[in-house]
Amino acid sequence: MKRSPLALFAGLYLIFLYAPIILLPLFAFNDGTIIAFPLRGFTLGWFADLANTPALHEATLNSLIIACSVAVLATCLGLFAARAVTRYKFPLKGGILGFIMLPLVLPEVIVAISLLVVLMLLLPDLPIETGFQIGEYVIVLSVTPDLVLEVSNFHRTVFSFALPLPIILGHTLLCLPFSIAILQGSFQGLDQSLEEAALDLGETRAGAFRLVILPLVTPGIIASLLICFIISLDEFIIAFFLSGNEPTLPVYLWGQLRFPARLPVVMALGTILVTLSIVLLIVADIFRRRGLRRTGQSETGGFL
Amino acid sequence: MSSTPLIQMQDVHKYYGAYHALRGITAEIAEGEFFSLLGPSGCGKTTLLRAIAGFEEISSGAILLNGADMAGVPPNRRPTNMVFQSYAIFPHLSVEQNVGFGLRRSALSVGEKTRAIGEALEMVGLGHLGGRAAHALSGGQRQRVALARALILKPKVLLLDEPLSALDRKMREDMQVELMKLQREVGITFVLVTHDQEEALVMSDRIAVMFEGEIAQLADPEVLYRRPATKRVADFIGVMNFLPATASGRSVEAAGLGVADLAADQMPAGPVTGACTVGLRPETLSILHDGEASKAREASAQIEEVVYYGDMTYYDVRLDGMDTTMRISMRNMVGRDVLDVGARTRVAWDPRAMVVFPD
Repeated sequence: MKRSPLALFAGLYLIFLYAPIILLPLFAFNDGTIIAFPLRGFTLGWFADLANTPALHEATLNSLIIACSVAVLATCLGLFAARAVTRYKFPLKGGILGFIMLPLVLPEVIVAISLLVVLMLLLPDLPIETGFQIGEYVIVLSVTPDLVLEVSNFHRTVFSFALPLPIILGHTLLCLPFSIAILQGSFQGLDQSLEEAALDLGETRAGAFRLVILPLVTPGIIASLLICFIISLDEFIIAFFLSGNEPTLPVYLWGQLRFPARLPVVMALGTILVTLSIVLLIVADIFRRRGLRRTGQSETGGFL
Repeated sequence: MSSTPLIQMQDVHKYYGAYHALRGITAEIAEGEFFSLLGPSGCGKTTLLRAIAGFEEISSGAILLNGADMAGVPPNRRPTNMVFQSYAIFPHLSVEQNVGFGLRRSALSVGEKTRAIGEALEMVGLGHLGGRAAHALSGGQRQRVALARALILKPKVLLLDEPLSALDRKMREDMQVELMKLQREVGITFVLVTHDQEEALVMSDRIAVMFEGEIAQLADPEVLYRRPATKRVADFIGVMNFLPATASGRSVEAAGLGVADLAADQMPAGPVTGACTVGLRPETLSILHDGEASKAREASAQIEEVVYYGDMTYYDVRLDGMDTTMRISMRNMVGRDVLDVGARTRVAWDPRAMVVFPD
């Protein structure tokens, strides 16, 4: 069988990329605390250990809350930007878009440090609080810098919820370029007369957007939500710099590396994360392609 | 024609920044008329159509629909509907949902809506395709859906923006006839934008020829073709030969042909004195074969170029004493051979076919 050197190169390249990732599940199912060959035997024990670690659950919940908030925030902002860019002409459009896309190429550690500096500068003025009373309930909204919503009556706290605002904002900054890139594709494919046709047929501007534009960009919106969610979930540097005493999942993982005996557990967690990432990426791309088909465009690259 | 015209355009101007897109358009369109805006790209015809629809705000002047000033009235509140050049079929909806889109806000019951959609689809010959997804339609079917979708609201005016330009030639000719039939059936005023002079001639009751934001001539197709008001209109619509000439009152001497007395309507710009140009359509001239006699007047000439089209032959001939050639189209009839390049011939011409343009 003849193989061209290029095929060989491509093969080696793929091994270089993915062999380390394959090691994760390999050792996650390996019945031994030492990460070395030969493998000792099959076990699900490390995954069971995951279930018995409350600190991990807290970190996971924290990460999920951040990732969901970031996905929604970045996608909303991306929606506005993408529509503005594709639909309207305004001065300095190129420059503005360039600055929004800049975090794509900016070293993340720089962004993280600058955000930390901003946070330090703001800290003396914190917390900022505002509150009001409804009947016997007092509702307090404060920035500590976490965004905290607290509902209490005169005896006790009824409801309390905290959003890690610094990390959410940092991740939004990071995710916005991806969101815009995806949504711009969705908007660019839209024939402008579609909106005009809806107006012509008696709809208001809001109705035209809801009935025609939104359904056609929905696949893009879903793709953007998923991509932003995954980026935020995996992100380490910004989260490391800006998280206080509540680590996100990657930060928690990093902390666990100090204990060699915990390494297989980390491997098990890593396996779950990798699987989740791949599944979400595939789902996101399916939605992106469906969007292209709906607006009658042909395939123009993408993430997968 | 009823007493108030359905559409009145009064000195309509439109500026895009410094660019003057519409320069004082004044015209009236009667109820039930098939009216065309014809012109090259960039002449402002689409801008004018979009202004009638309400997508463009005019800078000055007025557009009245049914006697009511449309200034500030958004597209969704105007008694007009539009067929877009791209058809703008909603790709995420079925054919039925597309056609029924305009009925969303109507007070009709579900049953009445379904019946109206069925009737509209039937009218454009798509009764069997209601359930199909819109993105699975061919170009011609998309156009029919766009028509049904616009007509279901029974607008006062249907605006058509180059509706046939995306179709192939055969389909375009079929749709021209169908559009005319449809217009007669529904009795709605059609305003068509096109750059295709043949399309405009075939379908319209009246045509406004536009250049650079102005109406150059507004007339019915026959007058437009036979008595174009300017050389530019004559050149844009079909082919016309131009000969240098001198005029004095009604008497015109065309170079290479001779002197002729013309009627008043052959001088659309009024009587001319001195140098002018005479225009003659290719089919009003004929090549006389050996032994053929003509009731018309004759001039001798030489054939410079022959283009054979099967049913027709186009000759470029040079009149004796002239530097330039003119085109003559001849029907290829039995017993009349196609002549060769270089042959001597006689050209028959008729003064009644002449149009005089001032230089």
